[in-house]
Amino acid sequence: MIELTTALYAAAIAIAIYIVICAFRLFLGPTAADRSVAFDTINTLVIGGMIALGAAMWETLFIDIAIVYAILSFITTLFIAKYLEGGGS
Amino acid sequence: MTWPILVILVLLIMSMIFNALGTIGLHRFPDVYTRLHAATKCTTFGTIFMTFTVMAHSIRLYVITEEAKFLNMAIHTFIALIALLVTNPTGAHAISRAAHKMGVKPKRAVRDDLKDKESEVN
Repeated sequence: MIELTTALYAAAIAIAIYIVICAFRLFLGPTAADRSVAFDTINTLVIGGMIALGAAMWETLFIDIAIVYAILSFITTLFIAKYLEGGGS
Repeated sequence: MTWPILVILVLLIMSMIFNALGTIGLHRFPDVYTRLHAATKCTTFGTIFMTFTVMAHSIRLYVITEEAKFLNMAIHTFIALIALLVTNPTGAHAISRAAHKMGVKPKRAVRDDLKDKESEVN
């Protein structure tokens, strides 16, 4: 059990490193669509990290926050996509 | 006693490998659509495997200790899995549609079938 908790903490740290690598694409993406792709990827990775940390610390609240974060990030992505389309003229 | 731990570790390592592939693909591919393909599919798959890991871990501890909080955590993780499955591909589809309407062309593309179809319809 102790080894699995350590492995879950290591997974959370690895996900944090992946988020930093994705943030480079967020900063230097050539178009706005590239940036929104990187933002969507970061959101998915944050959900995975929250689930890993919730299992490592045995807090069910983290998993609930991950569910709400998934739905809010979905709405954010839809609004960014709607904005990038350029209105409904 | 040891094979459930082995299964959980294999699921966790698969999750980490797929997340790493998505992160690398986000940097290595040339244009928006291929980046979207790599990043969204691989990270969705990796996060699904992360939820499988946590569910297997919780169910294993529930079978050993029979405390209700472990089963509670497994059910909550399953709900998170469903939310992820519904929301993530839909967001990716919206981004790719927005990129096409913005006028972003795929790299090395010679023709645009979707634009031809839309101009036929109108």
